[in-house]
Amino acid sequence: MLRGLRKLTWLEIKIFLREPLGAFGSILFPVLVFVVAGRFVGGLRGPGSLAAAGFLRVGLPVFVSVLIALSAVLSLVTVISIYREGGILKRLRATPLRPQTILAAHVLVKLALTALTMALMVLAGKRYFPAHTHVPIFGFTVALLIATWSILSIGFLIASIVPTARFAQPIGAAILYPMIGLCGLFVPVQSLPPALQAVARVVPLTYAVSLLDGIWKGEAWSAHLGDVAALVAVFAVCTALSAKVFRWE
Amino acid sequence: MGTFRPVIHVSRIRKSYGATVAVSEVSFDVGEGEVFGLIGPNGAGKTTTMECVEGVRRPDAGRISILGLDPFRDVVQVQNRIGVQLQQAQLQKRIKVWEAVDLWASLYPKPLDGNRLLEQLGLADKRNAWFMTLSGGQKQRLFIALALINDPEVVFLDELTTGLDPQSRRAIWDLVRGIRDRGKTVFLTTHLMEEAERLCDRVAIIEHGEIVDIGSPEELVRRHCPTRTVILATENALAEERLGAIPRVENVIRQGSQFTIQGRGEDFVTEVIQCLSENRIRVADFRTVLPNLEDVFLKLTGHSIRD
Ligand SMILES: Nc1ncnc2c1ncn2[C@@H]1O[C@H](COP(=O)(O)OP(=O)(O)OP(=O)(O)O)[C@@H](O)[C@H]1O
Ligand SMILES: [Mg+2]
Repeated sequence: MLRGLRKLTWLEIKIFLREPLGAFGSILFPVLVFVVAGRFVGGLRGPGSLAAAGFLRVGLPVFVSVLIALSAVLSLVTVISIYREGGILKRLRATPLRPQTILAAHVLVKLALTALTMALMVLAGKRYFPAHTHVPIFGFTVALLIATWSILSIGFLIASIVPTARFAQPIGAAILYPMIGLCGLFVPVQSLPPALQAVARVVPLTYAVSLLDGIWKGEAWSAHLGDVAALVAVFAVCTALSAKVFRWE
Repeated sequence: MGTFRPVIHVSRIRKSYGATVAVSEVSFDVGEGEVFGLIGPNGAGKTTTMECVEGVRRPDAGRISILGLDPFRDVVQVQNRIGVQLQQAQLQKRIKVWEAVDLWASLYPKPLDGNRLLEQLGLADKRNAWFMTLSGGQKQRLFIALALINDPEVVFLDELTTGLDPQSRRAIWDLVRGIRDRGKTVFLTTHLMEEAERLCDRVAIIEHGEIVDIGSPEELVRRHCPTRTVILATENALAEERLGAIPRVENVIRQGSQFTIQGRGEDFVTEVIQCLSENRIRVADFRTVLPNLEDVFLKLTGHSIRD
């Protein structure tokens, strides 16, 4: 059924790493930002007080994780639109590869890169912030993958409707980045004006942040079933919508 | 060619994109082992027709059967038995040649040996090259390799040589003849009349989404352009009168010592030669101009294929 998935996924990873800036831009750069920012913040407030770091309501790791997820989504949007414009999607589709396989391979690539970036951050974090070694890394990674998986489906929806590859990145950014301001990264959702609160509740990123933040702080998964359910719902809706409007060429 | 056993049967298919009717009421059969060409100008509906047969695009109406199967119902079986080269297709910029061949090979139950295929297509030394670094001709050869990797019974080639220089074009023609010689059926599209004449056993001329006529190139020429033209040069004063007296002559045009004589029928050229020898007319130059598919196209559509 998913014939060729493993091979295609591996191939897409290799191709991605061959791109100039591919590995650097999406893996090393966030880690670098994390380390530099972490050092700065850490030096200012002393280790262990990351969560209180100035403008950020949540911990720096949560913040950076959300950025990683968003950049994965943006790069998915870009890749899909470039593949469509270049006729690559069409060429792949004229083989026994199922359409789901082609799309699944791209999602897997992005998830794998997210996990890898995460792992590197943990390594870097261990070195610079020894106080945080008690953090539930495994659970947090799972939470990040769930969040990314869900936001990737928004990416698919965007990729389904952007007219050309040139617009993919800007349109994607214009849709995704405003979510950052409303999702509780900087200000708790509860303290937003009621109108904005309503908006925040339909911004999928809100649930991602709530989940990531909670798991990072060591809260139980059972306390966040609502977030997970919301993320799954986002995934289901976006996937169903993009299945309707997705264009292969 | 023996008996005609259709492997592709297309019956009255229609396809529109919004208000544009790309293909309407198109019907034809492709026989086993033949090279069948769909020829027509840009936008005639060649690609649309071909993609419907491949199962890549669903027609709005009409019936298609290929190898006795329905390309939309028996997708997997059809895909395993056909090879496809799409017009203007691309691969990932940084995929290596061997990786593409390897991926394709992994998708089919009984693939050919990829390395041998690359060797046969002259790509052996490009195995490790990225797709984006290949020349136009090398890309096309890679696409041919991908179309052949599953040892298909029917091969689809859409505008295979468009944009290539004459030398690469000839090399590709040889490859296509090679495919046919291995007993495969080839369905191709082109807007190059020379290509159609050299490669195709039969052609269908398509314009504005409709088939204008179908037949072998010779058949079409005989049917639509029966006029033969002889050009000769002579100083003989009697020539004009004598040549004009040939039974089926239609036209004699004189420009100084050069005569252009047109007439009908298979034997017309022989008759001109006989006339010259009977009247002992000495000629300094003698040429025949045979009509070709280009002329057929002009006759059928009222314009050249390049307009
Ligand atoms: N995806 C599409 N959306 C809208 N219109 C299309 C699409 N594909 C083709 N057409 C239109 O359908 C008609 C037939 O196009 P088609 O690509 O089949 O022609 P063609 O004979 O292959 O031309 P060419 O020689 O340029 O490849 C054209 O008028 C074209 O503009
Ligand atoms: Mg075409």
